[in-house]
Amino acid sequence: MSTVPRFWRHIPQRYNLVGTHCENCDEYYFPPRTICPNCRRDAKMKEYKFAGSGRVVTYTTIYNATDDFKRQTPYNLAIIELDEGPRLTGQVICSPGEIEIGMRVKPVFRILGKEGERGIIYYGTKFVPAEGPV
Amino acid sequence: MAAGIVSYGVYLPRYRIRAEEIARVWGEKEDMAKNLNVFEKSVPDFDEDAVTIAVEAARNAIKRGSIDPARLGAIYAGSESHPYAVKPTGTIVGEAIGVDHELTAADFEFACKAGTAAVQACLGLVSANLIDLGLAIGTDTSQGAPGDALEYTAAAGGAAYIIGRENLAAEIEGFYSFTTDTPDFWRREGMPYPEHGGRFTGEPGYFKHVASATRGLLKKMRTIPEDYDYAVFHQPNGKFPVRVARMLGFSMDQIEPGLVVPWIGNTYSGSSLIGLAATLDVARPGERIFLASFGSGAGSDAFSIRVCDGIEDIRDRAPRVRDYIKDAVYLDYAVYAKHKGKLRL
Amino acid sequence: MRFMRSVSIIGAGCTRFGERWDDSLRDLVVETGIRAIEDANVSGEEIDGLYVGNMSGGRFVEQEHIGALISDCAGLSRLHVPSTRVEAACASGGLALRQAVLAVASGYSDVVIAAGVEKMTDVTGGVAADALAAAADREWECFFGATFPALYAMIARLHMHRFGTTREELAAVAVKNHHHGCMNPISQYRTEITVDKVLKSPLVADPLRVLDCSPITDGAAAVVLAPTDLARKFSDSPVRILAAAQASDTLALHDRRDMTTLDASVYAARKAFDQAGLEPKDIDLAEVHDAFTIGEIVAIEDLGFVEKGEGGRATQEGLTAIGGKIPVNTSGGLKACGHPVGATGIKQAYELVLQLRGEAGERQVEGAEIGLTHNVGGCGGTALVHIMSR
Repeated sequence: MSTVPRFWRHIPQRYNLVGTHCENCDEYYFPPRTICPNCRRDAKMKEYKFAGSGRVVTYTTIYNATDDFKRQTPYNLAIIELDEGPRLTGQVICSPGEIEIGMRVKPVFRILGKEGERGIIYYGTKFVPAEGPV
Repeated sequence: MAAGIVSYGVYLPRYRIRAEEIARVWGEKEDMAKNLNVFEKSVPDFDEDAVTIAVEAARNAIKRGSIDPARLGAIYAGSESHPYAVKPTGTIVGEAIGVDHELTAADFEFACKAGTAAVQACLGLVSANLIDLGLAIGTDTSQGAPGDALEYTAAAGGAAYIIGRENLAAEIEGFYSFTTDTPDFWRREGMPYPEHGGRFTGEPGYFKHVASATRGLLKKMRTIPEDYDYAVFHQPNGKFPVRVARMLGFSMDQIEPGLVVPWIGNTYSGSSLIGLAATLDVARPGERIFLASFGSGAGSDAFSIRVCDGIEDIRDRAPRVRDYIKDAVYLDYAVYAKHKGKLRL
Repeated sequence: MRFMRSVSIIGAGCTRFGERWDDSLRDLVVETGIRAIEDANVSGEEIDGLYVGNMSGGRFVEQEHIGALISDCAGLSRLHVPSTRVEAACASGGLALRQAVLAVASGYSDVVIAAGVEKMTDVTGGVAADALAAAADREWECFFGATFPALYAMIARLHMHRFGTTREELAAVAVKNHHHGCMNPISQYRTEITVDKVLKSPLVADPLRVLDCSPITDGAAAVVLAPTDLARKFSDSPVRILAAAQASDTLALHDRRDMTTLDASVYAARKAFDQAGLEPKDIDLAEVHDAFTIGEIVAIEDLGFVEKGEGGRATQEGLTAIGGKIPVNTSGGLKACGHPVGATGIKQAYELVLQLRGEAGERQVEGAEIGLTHNVGGCGGTALVHIMSR
């Protein structure tokens, strides 16, 4: 899957959805971009922590996965539009029948994967339907 | 000076399995649910473990109390199912809640009372003015070997307590711990499931230690059971806490709000702390709570807690224990076994 | 941008596509190289350069430095022919073609070979899937659990939601391409399938099923290019390249402007039509990138053959079958002919060469004069469009 430094470098993104915001054109980016595609060198990029709530723009349920994710199938994957604007790809934890375009979601902290029995555990953000008792 | 609970948070996974379903699979003729007074227990999702549960509980505590994570000076996470034998749960929790780096952390283990021991450690640092706020966590995704009695009760859940000196939701008036070297229940390094001494875990284990700590604290505080509005005891099943309460002079009314084990099972390091949270969810300012945890190996930490005005402001700002109990999805044994990784893949 | 001088294809060759257990990557390269060079009637000494598209020799056969490898296999190392491997995931072949075209068009080289090869079956399915996932955004799509089919599945889901495209319309793409594949001797699959069979095949990533997805394939293809002025020296029926265009877009699907459109395809097509001085209606047949059935539906919209949203309906109505207004994927496409990743872009050119020469046998498009190839990398990060004529 990943390697230790590659995972560690993005812990703020994986755990806490830390992205960037260009104060010049007011566009938000997740994952963080160093270069604003609108402003390029005129950009004023600052770090920005996303709240994580958003809505499902499109989704699929994966029945056939790569070796890393094999034991977890079926699972839902969606493109989620965060309230601030940027879109990201993430898993949505609910039954395949429950997920739909336009559904509001909120972030949860889960295991994303493991490097086998002996390697490190990758933690990060997945999503659940925003509605519910909790 | 006064110190105590500034905020608290819990987390329970959504999945449940009923005791009768486990009994069905193992051909158990007895009514296990009735015997243990545990009807169903929580089951973690594939992608949950003691760390993810700790993070959710800690995030709830931060949210409930509107705490600035930079104020945390210590994180102590207690569990008997830390996913790493070497690499602390506490640092992952810290990163996930946004602490700054001026911080001490370490993981605790003392069977089911690792969480209350973490509370005591935070109390020490806070009371000595060495830190501003401390975070104490009890979290577990405990395992019961298939077919073993523990399978009916071993569950998953966690609670997080933020300990400080000001804006208290509940003051910890005092504590008393009773600790001996008693091998009633253990798990060797590298082994997946624990071993236990059967009935030996009762009298010489649970009852002796909880009773000794309770009596010790009542004497120290010069209080009697009737002085408390609520009592929370460690809940390995639904019978022990009821029996020990009666033994020590506490009533069913006192223990009822905190008795969650019949619906969620034994959340090990989370158990008494989740029971305490369920009590804080309903207790009013001025009321008093008696808490005694138990950890095999063995020891009991007893606390005398007085609820403060601050509880009203914060109580409803994060999900309550009852909200998590209600959010339930039931599994059959096969799916449960897949979830718990009991199938050797 | 204009060509300095016109370029033509003077020869083409392609291996049989399929699970080639007996043949290594090197064997496939040699097999296609010989066919192309013989078809072009060139000698080794006349070859000025080699370009090869290969997505992942490293993951599949633990071999990089593919440029040197194919020059060596082709016996051209002693002539010290410059050889370059290019990579754009599934568009590696199309990219190799364009690079070769530029080398000849610029006047720098005369005879250049553009090849593509992928050997995918030496590893298990799981490893192959993970190697293919590298075409997506590893850090921000795959790390969170995305598979390559999942990305196209999300495009399909949105296309169905927005335009009413149906499951049956997706299936129609696969059925048509299998039908074409039956008539193509090099195709991996040469059996007919039905819409019902597609709809009953196991789910891969909802709504895409096994029969919506192109297979894992071994194969190689090569074309030989020369300046049009010299082409008649080598071939009686050279095929002229009218356009060679390329465009990029964001790597991750979630960053696209509109997730039911591959803007890279739209821009590459626009540039290609511009270069050629043509419009979509002038095209007689097209080889498009149907890595998944939805890929073809979106492609015929993006290339301008039908309005956005009409791709499903048009396919079901037969617009893109042989005999229809714009036959698409007469080779069988990626779905039936197979998809040895790096080779596909060149195979598409090979199919056009056969069609434009009138040598496509049973699957010949009557009166084919102008053809188009469309090759996509990942789920749209790169697109290459070439237009060729008789």
